[in-house]
Amino acid sequence: MSDELSIVGQSLVKPDAMGKVSGQTKFADDLMLPRMLFGRLLRSPYPHARIRRIDTSKATAIPGVLAVLTGEDLPVKFGILPVSQDEEALAREKVRYVGDPVAAVAATDEWIADEAIDRIEVEFEELPRYMSLEEALADGGGEPIHGRTNVHKAVALEFGDTEEAISGAAHQREDIVFFEGNTHLPMEQHAAVAQYGQDGRLTLWSSTQTPHYVHRALGKVLEMPMSRIRVIATPNGGGFGGKSDIFAHELVAAKLALVTGRPVKITLTREEVFYAHRGRHPVLMKVRTGFTKEGVITGMQFQSFLDGGGYGSYGVASTYYTGALQTTTYAIPRYRFEGARLFTNKPPCGPKRGHGTPQPRFALEVHLDKVAEELGIDPVNLRLRNLPEPDSRTVNWLRITSCGLRACIEKVAAESRFLEQRRAMPAGRGLGFAVSSYLSGAGTAIYWNEMPHSEVQLKVDRGGGVALLCGAIDIGQGSDHILAAIAAEVLGVSLDDIQLTTADTDLTPIDLGSYSSRVTFMAGNAARAAAEKVRAILFEAAAEALQCDPDDLQARDRRVFRRARPEDGMTFAQAVVAAEAKRGVVAASGSYTPPRIAGPYKGSGVGPSPAYSYSAAVVEVDCDARTGEVRVPQVWIAHDIGRAINPMLVVGQVEGSVYMALGEALMEEQTFRLGLHKFPSMLEYKSPTALEAPVIHTYLVETIDPEGPFGAKEAGQGPLLPVIPAVANAVYNAIGVRIDEIPITPDRVLKALAEKAKGRLPRVGPRRVPAFAFPALIQVERPPEWTQS
Amino acid sequence: MDPILVLRLPRLRYVQARTVEEAAAIVGSDGGRAMLIAGGTDLLPNLKRRQFDVATLVSLRGIPGWDAITGDPQAGMSLSAGATLDQVARHPAVLSGYRALAQAAGLVSTPQIRYMGTLGGNLMVDPRCNYYNQTFAWRKAVGFCLKKDGDICLVARSSPRCWAVSSSDTAPVAVAFAASVVLQGMAGTRRVRAAELYRDDGIDYTTRKRDEVITSVEFPAARTTTSAYWKLRRRGSFDFPIVGAAVVIWWEDGVVRDARGALSAVGSHPVDISSYLSSLRGVHPDERLIAELAAAADKPARPLDNTDLSHYWRKRMTRVFIERALRDAAGLDPQAGLLTAQLKS
Amino acid sequence: MPVTDKVPVHLLVNGEAYEVMVPPYKTLLEVLREDLGLTGTKHGCELGECSMCGVLVDGKPYLSCLAMPLDLQQAEISTVEGLANGNEPHPLQRAFAELGAAQCGYCTPAMLLTAKSLLDSNPRPSREAIRQALAGVLCRCTGYLKIFEAVELAAARSSTSPPAAHV
Repeated sequence: MSDELSIVGQSLVKPDAMGKVSGQTKFADDLMLPRMLFGRLLRSPYPHARIRRIDTSKATAIPGVLAVLTGEDLPVKFGILPVSQDEEALAREKVRYVGDPVAAVAATDEWIADEAIDRIEVEFEELPRYMSLEEALADGGGEPIHGRTNVHKAVALEFGDTEEAISGAAHQREDIVFFEGNTHLPMEQHAAVAQYGQDGRLTLWSSTQTPHYVHRALGKVLEMPMSRIRVIATPNGGGFGGKSDIFAHELVAAKLALVTGRPVKITLTREEVFYAHRGRHPVLMKVRTGFTKEGVITGMQFQSFLDGGGYGSYGVASTYYTGALQTTTYAIPRYRFEGARLFTNKPPCGPKRGHGTPQPRFALEVHLDKVAEELGIDPVNLRLRNLPEPDSRTVNWLRITSCGLRACIEKVAAESRFLEQRRAMPAGRGLGFAVSSYLSGAGTAIYWNEMPHSEVQLKVDRGGGVALLCGAIDIGQGSDHILAAIAAEVLGVSLDDIQLTTADTDLTPIDLGSYSSRVTFMAGNAARAAAEKVRAILFEAAAEALQCDPDDLQARDRRVFRRARPEDGMTFAQAVVAAEAKRGVVAASGSYTPPRIAGPYKGSGVGPSPAYSYSAAVVEVDCDARTGEVRVPQVWIAHDIGRAINPMLVVGQVEGSVYMALGEALMEEQTFRLGLHKFPSMLEYKSPTALEAPVIHTYLVETIDPEGPFGAKEAGQGPLLPVIPAVANAVYNAIGVRIDEIPITPDRVLKALAEKAKGRLPRVGPRRVPAFAFPALIQVERPPEWTQS
Repeated sequence: MDPILVLRLPRLRYVQARTVEEAAAIVGSDGGRAMLIAGGTDLLPNLKRRQFDVATLVSLRGIPGWDAITGDPQAGMSLSAGATLDQVARHPAVLSGYRALAQAAGLVSTPQIRYMGTLGGNLMVDPRCNYYNQTFAWRKAVGFCLKKDGDICLVARSSPRCWAVSSSDTAPVAVAFAASVVLQGMAGTRRVRAAELYRDDGIDYTTRKRDEVITSVEFPAARTTTSAYWKLRRRGSFDFPIVGAAVVIWWEDGVVRDARGALSAVGSHPVDISSYLSSLRGVHPDERLIAELAAAADKPARPLDNTDLSHYWRKRMTRVFIERALRDAAGLDPQAGLLTAQLKS
Repeated sequence: MPVTDKVPVHLLVNGEAYEVMVPPYKTLLEVLREDLGLTGTKHGCELGECSMCGVLVDGKPYLSCLAMPLDLQQAEISTVEGLANGNEPHPLQRAFAELGAAQCGYCTPAMLLTAKSLLDSNPRPSREAIRQALAGVLCRCTGYLKIFEAVELAAARSSTSPPAAHV
């Protein structure tokens, strides 16, 4: 019998599939507990205001209202990042965006809860509001949103002398582009149910991507020992990063349960989901690059201005991410990054699929497309001349292991006949090309610690069943399948033999959460480690029974047998019995800690990952030059997945990424008017429908990463990245106009066409970045391989 | 005070009328706090957002014959107000004689909405505005508008009137076909031309009296008629029109006897553009004439910044969509027209 | 809130007769989830803008968030809980599982029911007919392709006739 993989690499039905197609899966709002109360939040109607007075007496007096809370009941500040503890569950002194929670109630039904909310009297004193980067930076704007300035974070790093590299280069170019903010729009609204028992234990069920961080925040804000708090993440009805923060309604539901002694549910309305946000930052960017005449990058300077919204959230990380991954996509010998995140009076921005990298990816890929034309080098070739090397280190100290970018580029270019077809299609049609890279999990945790990022416990029973416990939560990406498939592969059992318990802080060991595309890589490695330990225990016992060396054994098809003589063996369950008889409970745990690979500088914690995925995409557009409308009939995308644990699920992640990217590229935007969200609704926030779905040709490139579980890397986020700039580049190839601003709406396209008709620069986009004093550049020494060359 | 933040219906009475007379009597005697409900797909979202103050809903769904479609293009057709948009869109006689009506009904929102929503309901869609079709909490935060709870139009602040947008797909078709609407109230039954059902005002948008039930829409005989409806929107489903162009041509001996048209979503009522089409009479139109007429016929379109995308763009798109509808009705490739939404230098 | 505003409502859901006392202003969605415990029907906006709450009424896709129970007392209502035949999944359920058409699973109940309504009237729909039929249900995970493929697979398995000619 061969050592071929039997489960890894197969497109099998995932363990949670039947629950989902039968309607049996319980999402958070599906939980209905006896005596459950309904909680609601009163939210600020002002973008920026001081709270003068709150009177809750009329609300409290309503029959059926069991509790009313204000900020004074939850005074401890929190935030997802230790450096940004700037949020309150219910605002105490100030509100910072329309939708900022101010008070809360619990009542016996939603009608009464709402009536109570309406009876809470709040006196606000309006303050000047800041609704854009420009307003946030304007002098004399009045009281800043936090502290003494609206600058939340400003960073300036340089790796080698970029000015010399660019000004001395044969060719240089500067571009300024803008990427409007947008939101995740998970189909499931956030919901949380809290229960507090007479035994003094609190349980919170929540549609969260990060139960561990919610657990920590509950302990802090409720001032309760974490040992008395249990957080259970329910299956997320879509996350995309939007449920990876700590939200007011989670803390408030818990507090209301503590106060009333009854279960409390808070489900956000769709409008409130828009206010919860933590989505894509609007980012204004300037990129300046030098090239040799052959098109090889000599140096790059990148500036980004992030419109952060009212609170910090993940913003410090987001800021660094706008500068971190330029160098993993291209070999850049000298690099300068300056980034600033500003507070504005909008819902806080945070991580959405691609966290901080789709915006610079758009900037860079459009920039390179223009450079290619100026240099007379085709866009594919220009990329190929600047590829990063496998097993290398970037100028900003990021470690690259496997890299399949060349194969991805060659695949999509060939399949789409990009070079022949890009400008040779019927009128209005054209192809655009772009590439990208992304993390397979952040190399550092959100709070500094030396513990593993992912842990799995595994126990086998006498009947041959395998219990697998892990903190990871399935948000639709298929993490349950990855855990089960890896354990089943190592132990030689069937997927059906694995019983999963996930994302329950009482029962499961830590996984940091379903964010940063980390679960397959990290929880997968932990599952593999645990399963290998269990297998070793079983082999030891089986070897004794079979009178052979444990190294000669193999586990497959629910059997443990001698590799050389497959008929010489026993069933998996018999091996368990033998092992249990010999040494008791057959169980083991596995952990994964990413390698410590951050560079020697402040801010180096953002960007490192144990492995990077790579993608390349070609997008076909069909532009109507008479109306400015842009449609996408077809997309070719190749993704370096390392190894596909389940190709069907990987393709699903790629297709979903393409879909989300096209929505962002063409129609989705989170915009504001008169101080509040312009249209917080499903109807006016334009999420593409089945009729907008293009044909997608997906190609998986396997590079078998040396550190990934069975060689796997990420799939959930990276494939989104190249699609957005590829649309913009395709529009240029189709009708000769540059839309340097996302989304590419028909009015913008028409405006650019009008410019073209007038013989002016056929472009729509920003022309300048604000005057801003970045901090003094921190000059970071480059890794030896870059200084020697 | 009723709840305002959750998207639950207000506490109200729900009455199922057995006859039109009964429905009219309840609505007519309830001091203005009763409303009619048929499909509910426009009314209920608006009620959940507290855009109306309602104590009683009177359901028309149980009225016998409420969804009947009778007649044929030779003699004319009568469509009960309760016929669903899906029924209208798929009805063979409607498809053959009144294609624009089938197209318009078939382009409303989603399949789900078309199975539920009715022709009468679509004709009566409450004019929309993105300062108005928002939750109570949102409207309170932005400052209430003229149309509900406030005294200023947020789209045009100096305007004494409301500029909410007529967003019905079927209304411009009914106007273009010169269909009649039958209304039955406490005082009896009356029949009005479809255009007369509407007023150019975002609030007071209909001549229907409170107690009147639209019972049917009567389309005149359409023996030698071609028609088309073109709808502009961002996505292929869900979205209301941001421009809609309906055109009907009556032919005789190979030339146009009469042509009529109306627009959706460019004003507070369906905008009749028939007067711009009069030079089609007596000729067999070529594409140059069509383009010329379409380019002029967008004149009465007044899109404002209160629906999707920029109003400049929607204004420029109006001529393109009139041209498409005209070409479609004249048997030319609709999308191969001569007009562009581009501003000429 | 006075308890007296409740009224009796008779509903036939998945072939089973229910009688509940509910306020008349509760939508079908609210009654299904909160009074009948049928939480397989989801919700995403309450305004008819996403169709997560899709059910079938007399075989036609309906939005339960905009449907009034009192008007549906003569109707047959189907929810995802009634799709399987005992323990035997409906061919659509099997195909959705096999092809990965349910990622987060939140739009899945409405997608399945809408697809069932399509296949009941058009056993071998073209890709375009599938797109049109499903255009009213949003999905944020899949990009819709695996959903189209799953409907096609279920149709192929359940029908002997070839798919419609045009793509």
